[in-house]
Parts: sequence; structure tokens; C-alpha cells
Amino acid sequence: MTEIKEDNVCQPREPLSASRFRRNWAKLRRNKAALVGAVLILMYVLSALLAPVLFTGNPSAPNLINSLETPTLKNPLGTDELGRSILGRIIYGSRISLLIAVGVVSVGIVLGIPLGLVSGYYGGKIDFSIQRVTDTLLAFPGFLLALALVAVLGVGFKNTVISIGISMVPMYIRLVRGCVLSVREEDYVEAARAVGTRDVIILIRHILPNVMVPITVQTSLSMGMAILFAAGLGFLGIGVQPPTPEWGTMLGSARSYLFHAPHVATFPGIAIFLAVLSFNLLGDGLRDALDPRFKI
Amino acid sequence: MLNYLIKRLLSTVPVLIGISLLLFFMLRMLPGDPAQVLAGQMATPEEIENIRHQLGLDRPIYEQYAVYLNHLARFDLGRSARTQNPVIEEIWARLPNTILLAVVAISLACLFGIPAGIISAVRPYSWIDYFVTTTALFGMSMPVFWLGLMLVVVFSVILKWLPAGGTGGWQHVILPSFTLAAFVVAFIARMTRSTMLETLSQDFTTTARSKGLKEQTVIVKHALKNALIPIITVIGLQFGLLLGGAVLTETVFAWPGLGRLIVDSILARDYPMIQGTIHIFGLLYIMVNLAVDFIYAFVDPRIRYD
Repeated sequence: MTEIKEDNVCQPREPLSASRFRRNWAKLRRNKAALVGAVLILMYVLSALLAPVLFTGNPSAPNLINSLETPTLKNPLGTDELGRSILGRIIYGSRISLLIAVGVVSVGIVLGIPLGLVSGYYGGKIDFSIQRVTDTLLAFPGFLLALALVAVLGVGFKNTVISIGISMVPMYIRLVRGCVLSVREEDYVEAARAVGTRDVIILIRHILPNVMVPITVQTSLSMGMAILFAAGLGFLGIGVQPPTPEWGTMLGSARSYLFHAPHVATFPGIAIFLAVLSFNLLGDGLRDALDPRFKI
Repeated sequence: MLNYLIKRLLSTVPVLIGISLLLFFMLRMLPGDPAQVLAGQMATPEEIENIRHQLGLDRPIYEQYAVYLNHLARFDLGRSARTQNPVIEEIWARLPNTILLAVVAISLACLFGIPAGIISAVRPYSWIDYFVTTTALFGMSMPVFWLGLMLVVVFSVILKWLPAGGTGGWQHVILPSFTLAAFVVAFIARMTRSTMLETLSQDFTTTARSKGLKEQTVIVKHALKNALIPIITVIGLQFGLLLGGAVLTETVFAWPGLGRLIVDSILARDYPMIQGTIHIFGLLYIMVNLAVDFIYAFVDPRIRYD
């Protein structure tokens, strides 16, 4: 299999401090693309939080008299096949998509970071076993792995989060392990070991902070990927199920009306595109600001 | 060279075993009787019993795995619970369609992505560089299924130039392959740009320039040649994305490939077919990665002497 060299991905860095944070923040603020990404994310978060204020009424309640209406003042983005406001469903959909993204990344982090830390720090048989499982999972492209897991677990919100989350775990394991390998022989880790510090403490206090930069960057990019994967599953009809207003599911049902009412498919797609773009912009900006060595 | 190839070939064995274990246990993780799951909802008790005996489900788990491996080695992936046809036959019938789509898409992606990356790297921070990098970022963020739908709206519904889906002549391949290529071209362009930027700043490029070589020769013969390894890597890795994207693209364009087969099977809970299709997808991905490793050895002789 193709193996990408991961050593040197992270190097021992100066300790996290207020001045370093200020310097990175200043660098991030200078990156216009990252700022655009951050502002877009903020808008999505606000629309998710303020959904009942921004759109009064039930976004899932059908109103067949108004079905497939083109955009009007009353319904700025038009209505879908059941007469529901597309704008209202997109606003409520941001809740679902952001919740899925946070859930997915949490699964990836909670499982991936400890496994990556243990694999890189202890090496030997533990590392070998974890890496062979990772190799197997990486033998499937991420979306296909999520698809396979959905086939086993079934459809719905919870299973979508678990399936996509698990498909992200190998990526976190590889990333963290690569970083641990490059810092575990450093003097400060040796020193901690020499004074008898327990392995758990070394891993959490001395190694984990040095892994945080790539994890932060990866998390931003993974959020975008999670939204894309969840929308993909929804589009195929095996993700979040209707009538829940999920962007991919909206696109999936809009497909049948493409010839008569293309607007129904247009707007949810733009919502997905901008959400993914915002996380990618922020992720790229974070990478440039925090660690230019990652730049591609 | 032969040693290198054998070593690479052997390195896939643990992964293949891992995939078989994963898929073997996948079915056993499902709630209920695996024989019932494999036979489908409409199966008679005799059929269920037959499958139980065939797969050795009445024997210890390690024996079941041995039976499973034995079937796999003979490319016997069981029968579809939906159509009762052998799984492998249905896969063979659809595999060429997916491969055709993937090959056309990856060729298009290379055709656009590599030159775009080179131009972008040769003129860094120019308007063309910003155009390429912004377009690439947009391409990476765009849902492939939405792009497909929008292309259908423009080229099939409004302009009526191309068919909206299905198979037939070459016209049917255009929209799905462009949709799939858009997904991958962005990654190839970005990787080409970053590696070219790196090689263009290396000493050997400066030497080539100071010798008075033409800029075109410096870029193609010196910089691009040395940037090829990461570019080939990213093309190989993107093949995985392409397979994932194929599932969605084939659904948008009603393209009868493996991607649609797996979605239809999931919706119908046809587990033998799901298992078989995932096996083939995993195998395809491994083979492409292996091919990439072999290409490395040809492109960069240092690799085979390692």
C-alpha cells in the first residue's frame, strides 16, 4: 500500500502560551480567506441557534397547495414538492448538519486520538495491531466505509454520525501517531520518563499539546468532510430520513422534480457548498497560520 | 526491481486478510440469524437451512471463516438475496461501467489538473494562480451530486445538448465523467502547484536556468519530473475519492455501475451483494495503490534500490 511519510509532520514546538496564541491569532486575522470562512461558519451557527426566530412555523409541515412554487417574497427560495418553505428547511437543516459534523468529529477525536497516542508511544505489538486495523479501514475510501457501516447499523441521524465518525477514526490515528513518533524521543519526554512520571501523564501533559496543531487543522477540514458525507448519505436515502430537514435528503427528493422545478435542487446544494467551503477555508487558514509546513 | 515488486505485493496480504475479517464479522454483527439475513426476507425455511449448511454457520466461528475464505478464493461471493443471481455475475456485469467512468474521469482530472497546477506554480500570486487555487478550493467543497444535478439542469434541461442519464453512446459518458472529474481535479491541481513550487525553488532548477536552458525545458524536464512522485501519489489516493464519488454520480445519472448496485443493495438489505460489492471496491483500491507503487519504481529508481 502507498504509505505517506508522517514523521516530521509535527515537531516539538514552544509551549502554548498567551503570546503564542496572540501571534497565531494575528496571523489568522491577516488571512482573508480564513476570515471569510470563520464569518460563514458563524452565520451557520447563528442560523442553527436562532432557527425558530428566523423561521416561524414548522419546516416539516406539508402545505400541498403551495407545492413547487418558484421564489416569491413570501417564500424567498420557493417551496418544495410538499409546499414547505425551502429557506425554512435550509435554516433548520443547518442545525442537523452542524450537529452531525460536531458528532462525527467527536467520534473521530474520542477514538482516534487515544489510539494514535498509544500506538505511537508504546510501539511494538500494540502499534502493530492498531496499525493493521487502521490499514484495513484505510483500504476503503472514507465514504464507502461510511456506506458499509450504514448498511450494518441502519439509517437515521445517530447511525449517520457513528458511521461517518468511524470512517474518520483511521485518519486521526495516523495523524496523531505520526506526531507522537516525532516527539516521543525528545529531551523533555525523556526527562519526564526519567523522573518517573506515569505514561498517562506524559501522554496527556507532554505529548498531546504537541499534537494539537495538526488536530485543530484536521478537525476543521473533517467538519466540512462530515457535512459532505452526511449530505451524500442523505441524498442516497440512507442517511437522515425525511421529513427531517437535512440538506442532502432535500436534494435527494428534489431530483425527481429537476425538469419542472430546478430551484428545489439549487438552494440546498448552495447551502452544503458554502458550509463545506467555510470549513475548508478556515482549515486552510489555520494550517497557514499555525503550521506552514502543512501547506498544500 | 523484482524484489521490490514482490515485497509490495506481499504487503497487501495483511490488508486483504483484514478486509475479509472485517466483512466476515460485518454480517455476524447484524441482529438476527446470518442465514436469514443472507437469504433475504422472502426465503423459505429450506433455503435458509441450505445457506446455513453451505456457509458452515452451524460450525465453530474459525471454521466458518475458513469456509468463507475458501469461497472468496474461488470468487464465490454467494447469491443475491434480491435477484438470486450469483453476486459475482452481477458485479462483473457492472464493473466495466464503473471502470470506464473512473478512467475517463481520472484522465480528465489529470488533463486539467496537472497543467493548471503547473501554470499556477510558475506564476505564483498572479491572477491566474488565485484563479486556479480558488477554483480548486471550490471544487473540493462542492457536493458531487449537486454538481451533477446542476449540470443536468444546464446541459439537459435548458440547453438540451446531452442526455440526463443512462447509458448508450459517448454522449452519456460526458456529464457523469465531468462531474466525477471535478471532484478530483481540485486535489490534483493543488498538489501539483505545491510540489512544483517546491521543486522550482530547488538548487537543481537554478542550475538548469543558469546553464541557459529554455524555461519550458526547466519546467518540464527538471521541475515536473522531480515533482511527479507526490503527484502520482495524490492521483492514486484520489482514486479512492473517485470510487466514493462514483456511488453518488452513478445515482445522479442512473449509470448502471457498482456504485448504484451497492446503493440499491443497501436499500433492499441485500447483504450478500453489499458484502461482495464492498469486497470488490476494496480490492480495486488496493490494486490501484499497488499500481501506484509500481509506477514509483519506474519514475524514481531510488525507490526500488531502497
